Amino acid sequence: MINIMLSAALVLFGVAILISLYRIIIGPSLPDRVIALDMIGVHLVSAIAIISVLFHTTAFLEVILILAILSFISTIAFSKYIERGVIIERKHDS
Amino acid sequence: MQSLNSCRVKIVYLFNCEIKSYLLQLDNFAKYFTIRNGGLILVSVNLLIIIPFIAAALILFLQKRVSRIHIGWFVLLIPIILFIFLVRYIPNIANGATYLHTINWIPSYGINFSSYLDGLSLIFGLIITGIGALVIVYSIYYLNENESLKHFYCYLMLFMGAMLGVIFSDNIMVLYVFWELTSISSFLLIAFWFQRKRSREGAQKALLITVSGGFSMLAGFIMIGNITGSFSFREIIAIIPDFYDHTLFIPAMLLILLGAFTKSAQFPFHIWLPSAMEAPTPVSAYLHSATMVNAGLYLVARFTPVFGGEGLWFWLVTVVGLVTMFWGSFTAVRQTDLKALLAYSTISQLGMIMSMFGMGSAALNNGYSADSVVYTQATFAALFHLINHATFKSALFMVVGIIDHGVGTRDIRRLGGLATYMPITFTIAMIGSFSMAGLPPFNGFLSKEMFFTSVLNIREANIFSLEAWGTLLPVLAWVASVFTFIYCMIVVFKTFLGKYQEERLEHPAHEAPVGMLIAPIILAVLVIAIFFFPNVLGDYLIVPAMASIFPAFAAEADLGVTISAWHGFTPELIMTIGVVVVGTLLFISLKYWKRIYALLPESWSFDSLYNAVLETVETSSNKITNFYMTGYLRDYLVYIYLFFIIVVGGTLIYTGALNFDIAGNAPIDAIDWFIAITMVVGSIAIIFAKSRLTAILLNGVIGYGVALFFVLLRAPDLALTQTVVETVTTVLFLVAYYFLPDWQKENSSRKTKSVNLLISVLVGAIFVVVALAVQNEKLFESISGFFENSYELVGAKNIVNAILSDFRGFDTMLEVVVLLIAGIGVFTLIKLKARKGEEELENK
Repeated sequence: MINIMLSAALVLFGVAILISLYRIIIGPSLPDRVIALDMIGVHLVSAIAIISVLFHTTAFLEVILILAILSFISTIAFSKYIERGVIIERKHDS
Repeated sequence: MQSLNSCRVKIVYLFNCEIKSYLLQLDNFAKYFTIRNGGLILVSVNLLIIIPFIAAALILFLQKRVSRIHIGWFVLLIPIILFIFLVRYIPNIANGATYLHTINWIPSYGINFSSYLDGLSLIFGLIITGIGALVIVYSIYYLNENESLKHFYCYLMLFMGAMLGVIFSDNIMVLYVFWELTSISSFLLIAFWFQRKRSREGAQKALLITVSGGFSMLAGFIMIGNITGSFSFREIIAIIPDFYDHTLFIPAMLLILLGAFTKSAQFPFHIWLPSAMEAPTPVSAYLHSATMVNAGLYLVARFTPVFGGEGLWFWLVTVVGLVTMFWGSFTAVRQTDLKALLAYSTISQLGMIMSMFGMGSAALNNGYSADSVVYTQATFAALFHLINHATFKSALFMVVGIIDHGVGTRDIRRLGGLATYMPITFTIAMIGSFSMAGLPPFNGFLSKEMFFTSVLNIREANIFSLEAWGTLLPVLAWVASVFTFIYCMIVVFKTFLGKYQEERLEHPAHEAPVGMLIAPIILAVLVIAIFFFPNVLGDYLIVPAMASIFPAFAAEADLGVTISAWHGFTPELIMTIGVVVVGTLLFISLKYWKRIYALLPESWSFDSLYNAVLETVETSSNKITNFYMTGYLRDYLVYIYLFFIIVVGGTLIYTGALNFDIAGNAPIDAIDWFIAITMVVGSIAIIFAKSRLTAILLNGVIGYGVALFFVLLRAPDLALTQTVVETVTTVLFLVAYYFLPDWQKENSSRKTKSVNLLISVLVGAIFVVVALAVQNEKLFESISGFFENSYELVGAKNIVNAILSDFRGFDTMLEVVVLLIAGIGVFTLIKLKARKGEEELENK
């Protein structure tokens, strides 16, 4: 029973990823797309967690943590780019 | 005590043995340098070849030491010494002795530096060293100290050594090495005055033609080596009769003949010889009359026992020789430059000798019989004329050099009436020309008579369908001889008689210095001496040479011919008289019929054909290269992918490897479908993306999808790495984004787009098909079972990490190096910019 529920959840996450992808492709503005990518990251984190439960393993817990951090970083990078045009600013005195 | 004694005896015995073995070695050593016949201590023939090369190396150091004496005097010693060495062989060779010396070079391939001295090579050796000595004497007076003499004599010695190597080599591969050395040294000599454009062009032409012939000859040699399994002349001649039906026999013959024809300036490869006249006159006298152009003749003579008797060989050599003779003499009449005239006359005379070698080979058709001995006369005549030609042609070249040196021009139209100013030169020129024309009492008369004899003889032979075409040969020979007579008269009468035109000369005419005259006088004396004592030459030199060309005949019959100046009223004599009468008439009426030369426009000559071919080859190869080397990366990618499609796809279809078996595949879950669909949609969306940022984002989606697949396929380490790398790549894209040009809509045509689409679909399809087909071809169990007990083996619970750092740590190390190199590369690209004033190397 729990397996069926977990699988159903996985499929739902898959649907959610597809819907986010639709937003990335269509999304009229760049922030739409960036948010959609961030959402895919979050979906992935949840999906991997469910997969870990399904597989009865703790090997993927690092992946969850790393993915959470990285999707945050890439969202930040995009936001900074959208705001400033550059990601790494040079020092003013140089 | 006793044991001590026996010990001492033993030591003494051992000591004696030691001494004995040393003595034995010494004896062998001495034998190596000693020729046992006659007990003379002479150097081996191998050393004879090497001496000029050593000299060539030493000459370069010589000039600094001695600046006051012309270095030619030192160089002169070498050909004289070699000549004397060779002369001492004459009695033994005449008695039938031959000398073979071998030094191992590449024994595993059957290539040894072995020299073979017999009658045939002795004749050429004497010509090379004898005329070489005379030419050096002449060059000492011809070239003054301002020229770069050490280079001249270095090249000349290189050439002499190479030429001696060609004629003395028994191994055909070694012969080829020396053959190319003659081409190269002749190239250097022709372009001796390299500041002149025409010299460089002439040298280039000579090199291109002779080297391409040399290459085809090499191919022929390799074929011969394949047929017989040997590279040695003597072995090849011994066993070649077993291989007449071999498929490579005829190709080998044709290729070797091509090499001989190009080197000996036969029709239509004669064009390099007139252009080579830009060389200094001693070079023309030596290389282009007496030695290098004889190399092809030597090759034909040497290979006569191998190929002779074949109809194709007979017809090719004879007809090409006669056509060359006719064309050379016909064109020579037209020339206005004396050296060009002599060049064409050389071509003509070489053709005559070549045709006689061809006629002589007919004797080998049916093996030995008393009837076929008569045809060997032609070969005898060929060798005889070879010697004669070397004497009178060198003398003539030297005469032209004297005229050029004296009055500053070689143009016949500006010369005339020099006889009173240069009596000795005039005499020599007359002797040489009359000999060339075939008049008594000069040696050319004898060989021309023998030439007619052999042409008349061969007409009556009923082999090779000669009864049908044989009559043409004497006619062609006679017409060619008439033209020969005409240009010989031009040399004498237009240059030395007629009106003296001082205003058209650069210097007033005067007799040449004595030193310059020494060599041509000696040659002129030889010309007359050979006429009066021809049989000395015949018995001592030509008969032993005949033994090398017709080894089977020599055992059965005497191949010698008694040369006589007068043998009654024969058809030959009538032909000669006819040549003189018709030739004189034509010479007198020269200005009336010279118009026929205008019928052949300049653009129809072989020279312009050669130039046109060179030009066409260059422009068309340029065109082809420009056609496909467009400079666009996309075109090169198209080539690469097309190649991939054709080779891999073709192999798949050709081998029928397109069977798929899905029995062993794992089932596909719903989540797998979702991820796959996401990635496919994302990839397709990238192609149609309107902005670069969208593309970057979609790329990130695909990367995360791959990471999820890694999770599903139970690869946590890969999934970790993939997420990190994907994020870093996305960020890097954004960093570089600022510097990238604007996203442009592709403006390629619909056709290009559809071709690109087709190629990309095909490449993708082939990859999919290969990946699916590979599943079926599992040949053995995978080795992953070994890594499963990594804990026992290396103490690691993580197999992936154990493989990366323990089992296959070497790969990891190199991948780390790759990262290091990439990092350093990025750093240098960003930090190191061209300093001020330095050339910017980018985009070039």
